Amino acid sequence: MFISFFLELRAAKVPASLREFLTLLEAMQKRVAAFDIDEFYYLARTTLVKDERFLDRFDRVFGRCFNGIETPEDPRKELPEEWLKSLAERFLTPEEKAQIQALGGWEALMETLRRRLAEQKGRHAGGGKWIGTAGTSPFGNSGYNPEGIRIGGKGGNRSAVKVWDRREYRNLDDTLELGTRNIKIALRRLRQFAREGAELELDLPQTIRSTAHNAGWLDLHLVPERHNAVKLLLFLDVGGSMEDHVRVCEELFSAARGEFKHLVHFYFHNCLYDSVWKDSRRRHVEQIPTLEILRTYDPAHKVVLVGDASMSPYEIDREGGSVERWNDESGETWMRRLLDFYPKAVWLNPVPEKYWGGTASIGMMRAIMEDRMFPLTLEGIDRAMRALTR
Amino acid sequence: MPRFEGTATYVATQDLQVAVNAAIALERPLLVKGEPGTGKTILAHEVAAGLGKRLITWHIKSTTKAIQGLYEYDAVSRLRDGQLGDERVRDIANYIKPGKLWDAFEADEAPVLLIDEIDKADIEFPNDLLLELDRMEFFVYELRKTIVAKQRPIVIITSNNEKELPDAFLRRCFFHYIRFPERDTMERIVDVHFPGLKRELVHEALTIFYDIRQVPGLKKKPSTSELLDWIKLLLVEDVTPEVLRTRDPNKLIPPLHGALLKNEQDVHLFERLAFLHRRGER
Repeated sequence: MFISFFLELRAAKVPASLREFLTLLEAMQKRVAAFDIDEFYYLARTTLVKDERFLDRFDRVFGRCFNGIETPEDPRKELPEEWLKSLAERFLTPEEKAQIQALGGWEALMETLRRRLAEQKGRHAGGGKWIGTAGTSPFGNSGYNPEGIRIGGKGGNRSAVKVWDRREYRNLDDTLELGTRNIKIALRRLRQFAREGAELELDLPQTIRSTAHNAGWLDLHLVPERHNAVKLLLFLDVGGSMEDHVRVCEELFSAARGEFKHLVHFYFHNCLYDSVWKDSRRRHVEQIPTLEILRTYDPAHKVVLVGDASMSPYEIDREGGSVERWNDESGETWMRRLLDFYPKAVWLNPVPEKYWGGTASIGMMRAIMEDRMFPLTLEGIDRAMRALTR
Repeated sequence: MPRFEGTATYVATQDLQVAVNAAIALERPLLVKGEPGTGKTILAHEVAAGLGKRLITWHIKSTTKAIQGLYEYDAVSRLRDGQLGDERVRDIANYIKPGKLWDAFEADEAPVLLIDEIDKADIEFPNDLLLELDRMEFFVYELRKTIVAKQRPIVIITSNNEKELPDAFLRRCFFHYIRFPERDTMERIVDVHFPGLKRELVHEALTIFYDIRQVPGLKKKPSTSELLDWIKLLLVEDVTPEVLRTRDPNKLIPPLHGALLKNEQDVHLFERLAFLHRRGER
C-alpha cells in the first residue's frame, strides 16, 4: 500500500526519492505516528515533500490513495456548487449579494460561467464576453466588471469576488521547468573574475617575499578580493503578449541580480525604441532615453534582451510602428544602434524554439540579432552565455 | 523518547508537532519555511525550552561560510605570537576556534542547534554542510582529528525562501511549511501571549486583523508577530473594544495601525480602499 502511494507520488511529479521513502518507513517503525491517519498524513508530508510548491500535489495524491476522495484534474472544468455557495455566504455582504443580481443572480452567474468555459477553447485577453484577462466580462482576471469571478492569475482591479483556490497550497504550486537555482548555475558561465576595489585579501606570496626582504619582520600585503567583473545590461519586455512569460522573466531577473556586481535592468515594450524605463509603475513619467544608456554604460557591458519578439512586423521596421506612441525612427534602427555599440548581446525568447518559424517578427528580430536568439530554457541560457563569452 | 507538544508560550499545531517529533526521533535536521513572522526562529527556542535542552544558535549572513560553523584557524594570531616568541605558538590547537557545530557536537547533553536563515548564505553553503549534518562528524585538518557528535543534536534550520536549496540537502531533512494560522489557532496564540485578555477586544482585534490581511495587493501582509505587537500596543494605550468596533468615517484606519502596516504604500492603499468603502456605504 505504501509502495503504491510512493509510486503515485512519483507519477504526480512530486520529487520524492527512495531515501526519503525509507526515512518514512523508519519513522513508522519508530512509532513517530501510529494508528492515526492525521498523524500519518503529517509525517508523510514532512518526510516526502521538501518544497511548499508540491504540497498541493501531495495532498491530491494522498487523498486519492488513502481516502478514495476524487481529485478532479482541473477544478476549472467543474464547479462544486456548494463550495461556491458557502464561499459566497462567507465573503459577500448583503449589498454585494444584491449586486450579483446584476447578472441574474448567483446561479445564473455560475451557469453562464460554466457554459462559457465549455464554449471557450483558448486563452483570451480583452473583449467583453470571453473568459480571459483585462476584459469587461464578469469572468476572468484583471477585469472591470464589479462582480467578476476571478479565474487564476492576479487580480488587477481588485473587484473579483474570490479566487478559486480550493486547495490551500495551490498558489504555491509551480510547474516551471526553470528554477532560480538552475538559472543561476547557467549564469555562472558568465563569471569572469577580476581583482578590483578595496583591498581585502591577504596576498600570501607577496607577504612572504616582502617579509623575507625585511629580514623576518612581518610585512602584510593585501590584494582586493576577486569578484565577478561582468557588467550586464538587462532589457526586459513587459506587458502585452509578454504577460504569459512575466513569471519566467522575473525568475531570471531574480537569479541575475544575485550573480553580478554590475547589473542594470530596463524595461521596454515589444521592441526597443528611443526610450526605456526602470519602474513599471512610473513608466510614463520616468522614461530614460536609449541614447543616454549608450552614453552612460561603456561597450564592455554585455546586453541581454528578454522578450517574446511577437508583435506586428510594423513595430520593427516602420517609423511610427510602435503601439505605445509615435516613434521617429524604426525599432530596427534602434536595435542596430544598440547592437553596434554593445557587440556582446543576446536575445532570450520565452517562446519555445519550435514555434519561432510561425511568427514573422521573431524571424526579423532574429536576423537583426544575427541569430543570437536563444530559447528561455536552461539549455538555451547556457548557449546564450557561451555566445556572450565567446 | 522526548516529545515536543508546544509550550506555555507557543502553540504548536498537530502537523508541526509531528514534524518536530519525527526530526527528534530520526535525528535528522528539520527545515522550517513560512511567511515572515510566523514563528520559525521562535520554534527552535521553544523546542529547546519544551525539552529542557540548551539552545545553540547560528545566524547565517551572506558572508557566512560553512567552514565557520565547524572551526576557524586563526593564522594571523599565530603568526603574530610567533614573531613575539610566545610559547603558545608551539601548539596549533591554541589557534583553532571551534564553531557552532563543534560546540553542538561536543556538548554532553544533545542540544538544540538552530541554523537561522540558511538561504541568506552563498548558494553552495548547504552543500558544504551535507556530510557534517548527515554523519554528524567532521575532520579538523590542522589537528588531524575527527570530531564526532557525542549525541546527535536536534537541528532546526529556517529559510525565507530567498534561494532554492539543493536537492541533496533537502533529501536529508524533514520539511515543514508553517502556514498562516487559522482564526481558531490565532485565538489560542493570542490567549497564550495575553492570558485573561477581554474576549471582545480579542474578537474585534482579530476581525480587523483578518480584514487587513484580506486587502488585496498589500506589499507586506501583517503576520502573527505583528498581531501580537499590535495587541500589546492596544493594551498599553488602553483602547476599548468599542473603539475598535466603531466604523467612524473619520477614523478610516484602525488605531495604532503602524504595528500592522509596515510601509507607506500599504497605508495609502488601505486608506484609499477604506475611503471607497465609506463612499459605497452612503
